[in-house]
Amino acid sequence: MESAATTNHMEIVYERPVTLTDTPMHYCPGCGHGVVHRVLMEVINEMGIQDRTVGVAPVGCSVFAYNYMNVDMQEAAHGRASAVATGIKRVLPEKYVYSYQGDGDLAAIGTGETIHTVNRGENILMIFINNAIYGMTGGQMAPTSILGQVTSTTPYGRKSDLNGFPLKITDLVTQLPGAYYVTRQSVHTAAAVRKLKKAIEASFKYQPLKKGTCFIEVVSNCPSGWKMTPIEANAWMEKNMFPLYPIGDLKVPKQN
Amino acid sequence: MIRGTVLINRDICKGCELCIAACPQDSLGLSDQINRHGYRYVQLVQDNCTGCINCALVCPDCAITVYQEPRAKAKSSAQRVPAL
Repeated sequence: MESAATTNHMEIVYERPVTLTDTPMHYCPGCGHGVVHRVLMEVINEMGIQDRTVGVAPVGCSVFAYNYMNVDMQEAAHGRASAVATGIKRVLPEKYVYSYQGDGDLAAIGTGETIHTVNRGENILMIFINNAIYGMTGGQMAPTSILGQVTSTTPYGRKSDLNGFPLKITDLVTQLPGAYYVTRQSVHTAAAVRKLKKAIEASFKYQPLKKGTCFIEVVSNCPSGWKMTPIEANAWMEKNMFPLYPIGDLKVPKQN
Repeated sequence: MIRGTVLINRDICKGCELCIAACPQDSLGLSDQINRHGYRYVQLVQDNCTGCINCALVCPDCAITVYQEPRAKAKSSAQRVPAL
């Protein structure tokens, strides 16, 4: 750390939230997971609900989320984070419950759980990190990979006749009556991070209302899986992923 | 101009350069040294930081603490933009 002597007369305007543990994250340089972890923990810290929050960690790159998030956490089987979160919320209805999943977890093996959780309108927050690739296992094609995307299992680019079309699961769950608040955000710029924080804050505020599931998709990057530098990855994401996954609210609660 | 500064935890910085791209003042740059994990870490290269927290917002490893000089009396602390 640099000397703090020059900062004596200054005030701290931004620091690591206490709800984030001191464990250095294992994510690759530039990975969006770290930003989402931090923003989520900031919201929990600012709302003062650290002791009333239960998170469910997925399988995937963020499998060690419980090492970084200083709240009660439960690890779920692959794809079943929303089902486990359902059980926790039903047993402990006064707790704030969220599940944190990637696209290989939520949109591939857990598609059934995801759709039925939202369809039942469980009062949980589902955070979905969409980086269009299986990051942990070596950059294989995910259901959310875009057409033409080169991955280790589609070396000539994803083709619709062979590999099918990208699964826009957020648009899918928007149609379900149990969904209360559905939004798609990103973390590629400071402004996008601010918007994501507002969305997470709103979702936690909606949770005690018991109106339905809040679903936040975060379009994120995977510099290692895409074989790019973090800056190139963010530029690629803006150019290629945002036309398919446009940022914005898909379903907002009706004003009474 | 409001002055600020950043304190970078060089042990957990992975040198992804996202903060360098996010800085509107071009205050940050990569160091020539490496940290114990083998990454070139980010450091202040120009003393013109305004404490806008853009770098800290995009930092995936939460390695940046941002300081800012207290603002003039015209704005009370309630009016000031909170730390995000």
